[in-house]
Amino acid sequence: MSGIKDLKKIFGNGNTSSLRQLGILVSLVIIILLFNGLTDGLTISPTNLINVVQQNSYILILAIGMVMVIIAGHIDLSVGSIAAFTGIIVAKLMNDFHVPWGLAIVAGLVLGLIIGAWQGFWVAYVGIPAFIVTLAGMMLFRGLNQFVGNADSVPVPDGYQALLSGYLPEVGPDTGYNNLTLLLGIIAIAAVIWREVRARRTAVRTGAELAPIWVAILRLVLLIAIIAFATFMFAGGRVGTSFPNSGIILVLLVLIYSFVTRRTIVGRHIYAVGGNKRAAELSGVKAKRINFLVMMNMSMLASLAGMLYIARAGASGPQDGINWELDAIAAVFIGGAAVAGGIGTVPGSIIGGLVMAFLNNGLQLLGVGSDKVLMIKGLVLLAAVAIDVINKNSGRFSVIGALTARRNKSGDELGIPVNKS
Amino acid sequence: MAAKPNILEMVNITKEFPGVLALSEVNLAVRAGEVHAICGENGAGKSTLMKVLSGVYPIGSYSGDIVYQNEVQRFRDIRASEAAGIVIIHQELALIPELSIAENIFLGNEVTKRGAIDWEKTRLDAIELLARVGLSEDPDTKIKDIGVGKQQLVEIAKALAKQVKLLILDEPTAALNETDSQHLLDLIKGLQGRGISSIIISHKLNEIAQIADSITIIRDGHAIETLRVDEGAVDEDRIIRGMVGRSLQSRFPDRIATVGENFFEIHDWTVQHPTSSERLVCKGETLHVRRGEVVGLAGLVGAGRTELAMSVFGRSYGNFISGTIIKDGKEIQIKSVADAIKHGIAYVSEDRKALGLNLLDDIKRSIVSAKLGKISSAGVVNEDEERTVSEDYRGKLRIKTSSIDRGVETLSGGNQQKVVLAKWMFTDPDILILDEPTRGIDVGAKFEIYTIIQQLAAQGKGIILISSELPELLGLSDRIYTIFEGAITNEFTAENADPELLMKSMTATQKKANAA
Repeated sequence: MSGIKDLKKIFGNGNTSSLRQLGILVSLVIIILLFNGLTDGLTISPTNLINVVQQNSYILILAIGMVMVIIAGHIDLSVGSIAAFTGIIVAKLMNDFHVPWGLAIVAGLVLGLIIGAWQGFWVAYVGIPAFIVTLAGMMLFRGLNQFVGNADSVPVPDGYQALLSGYLPEVGPDTGYNNLTLLLGIIAIAAVIWREVRARRTAVRTGAELAPIWVAILRLVLLIAIIAFATFMFAGGRVGTSFPNSGIILVLLVLIYSFVTRRTIVGRHIYAVGGNKRAAELSGVKAKRINFLVMMNMSMLASLAGMLYIARAGASGPQDGINWELDAIAAVFIGGAAVAGGIGTVPGSIIGGLVMAFLNNGLQLLGVGSDKVLMIKGLVLLAAVAIDVINKNSGRFSVIGALTARRNKSGDELGIPVNKS
Repeated sequence: MAAKPNILEMVNITKEFPGVLALSEVNLAVRAGEVHAICGENGAGKSTLMKVLSGVYPIGSYSGDIVYQNEVQRFRDIRASEAAGIVIIHQELALIPELSIAENIFLGNEVTKRGAIDWEKTRLDAIELLARVGLSEDPDTKIKDIGVGKQQLVEIAKALAKQVKLLILDEPTAALNETDSQHLLDLIKGLQGRGISSIIISHKLNEIAQIADSITIIRDGHAIETLRVDEGAVDEDRIIRGMVGRSLQSRFPDRIATVGENFFEIHDWTVQHPTSSERLVCKGETLHVRRGEVVGLAGLVGAGRTELAMSVFGRSYGNFISGTIIKDGKEIQIKSVADAIKHGIAYVSEDRKALGLNLLDDIKRSIVSAKLGKISSAGVVNEDEERTVSEDYRGKLRIKTSSIDRGVETLSGGNQQKVVLAKWMFTDPDILILDEPTRGIDVGAKFEIYTIIQQLAAQGKGIILISSELPELLGLSDRIYTIFEGAITNEFTAENADPELLMKSMTATQKKANAA
């Protein structure tokens, strides 16, 4: 019995809601393997994996910001429009005003912050529900996109495209693989080992509950195997391709925001405000400031997503970013966040986003029409949240329940490294 | 004079909540056409008894019988009791501000003709009902546009629309001024003439003495006695004696603190109600606390104790009007909760679940949540230290849990309260304001909390203790202030205080007698 209990500690330290994420992670693995079988190995091939990352990195970046907004108890419907508006401004700056693309990217991020400050002001300091503010923003910034771009598309320069939607260069000896991607893999493996060793040391020092050594080793072996496999996949694609730059940006953001939400005072305060606003305020948390920050951060990430997208598309157009907010929100809820706030994690949302991404991808590879893909995605979202709700309400046996057995609602902790997507 | 027949008899009513016996074999007999008052301290079980009667707690969730109009009733919900003519009007009025008077009167009881609402009859009926309660308002006026006194009358009109035979009023005059209160009391008296019996719960003993025909006193879930006015005059002193009559047992740890110098003062503290600007919740209160001293604040519900505490704690209640706070001889500016924490003030809320804790969080994170900066550098929380600190408090306060990684929701009330205390002890306060620190906690845990309070005092901290349990106040405090309607009415040293004296000052039946 205790063996099984220990086994669960392979994912996360077995003590928190990482168990909820385990269920989603297992679903993700099942979906990938299922489609890989149905497509005769097409899903897990270098070209396709690179493609999935390229196609979804901007949605996943939105999901990072969105989960923080949702943890704080809000919602943001305007992200697609903000992405489109930033896209057209950045494209215009580079194309019409010949602003160097480095400066244009900075300008895009600053624009995101300004838009975020605008929305954050209404939400946090005037007290208008974020649903309304961002619904207004959705219309406002979509209109601004079309106003600025005359409802036409504006191309972006090659250097910009190469940076944000390109690949790592080929350097060093010819190994048959992309060497820099291999290096990234090695760094990731080293980081995972270091993390495990450090966690165990800390646990010994502070007298925290320690998983048996065989669990730690099994966990390490499993993680290293997955990272190594992914590394060879991404490094072994067509010459000139690698783990995409947009993917690297995504991984960096996931690492940074996981740390921020979990380990910093600001991160704690976001959970506190979403979990119980009055109690948070009576503990000295400046709830308005927190609300302002999460809304502002979301808009900045939306601007970044918009800039990544126009790099990949080669131009900014009036249809950019339509329905992105829905994909990002779906990812967050599949990833275990609570509608009422207070619960959710960055890694969980990324896994949720990947579930949607591979579902999309697999169905497309199978030649399923976009009408049916939408229907299936809708039902998957409903099912994922329904299983969670039913499980919570009745405590009855269920898929996730069977996998996790012990429920714990505390909204923290991750433990599932996802920096190898 | 022959006694009238009883309209209601509640026989051996016992109601248990997990771990708490709220009502123990309570008997209540209400005679037809009388005004029957129920008196008791906060938490004595008055409201619980009324909830049993009105079907809020359905048949099966309590034991005992409700005999109403000579039949045993089995109410499954409020609708069932209302159908029988028993209507309860809660302290928090159940009116919808955006709807009109007429719509509110017939809410859930609409006048219809062939499935659609008959507005003409609704209006005419409403006018008639309003006339019966002495209100000449246009029935199309929205509830939010009339004062709380008139709203109370609309509630009664609503009850009349339901063909009420037994009207239950829970603290009906708590929010009313004197004129409105008098009007309401006259109306209740007037309903008697129409054969409507009333049960009235009130803390205002003068009002009870004025209108009640019978008074039942409830204490600690037991019906102590029923006083009949026609069997001999009942005055306020007699009621108070019944309410506090228990003896003070030694359920409290010994005092170990030595009281030091005066170091914390609040002067002329005046605060406005957050929504109604003509109401003051604190009327220029002045008090002080010495080092190592436990200062009790005694008052009935609504007297303004919590309002005082929360407004001092970073203006987290109401609109600040005037007042100064002096600590260690210097005036300090406290405009936010963060300021209050910085200046060493801690406030443990009376509502643990709504205001004290984030129930989604785990124990270790809750304990450090009010002063994260203490275990952080550059905004990053040191999780090792968090664990060490939390384990330390878990040991010191004997928080019973298998692990500090568990959610606070999994803890019992007493252990949750210890987590809240740990959270505030972690902020290194000099002044702790404890608002009902033992509410909803079993006896064993209470003693532990009392011990913690005495230890904190022994460390030289000043404690302001708000409690509705007089024995608790008397058992723990060095000094007690009594508050009535937002004003401090009296001050007692522990030796000079006794329950009856306190109760008199808490109900302001005896104004400013002696400053201790």
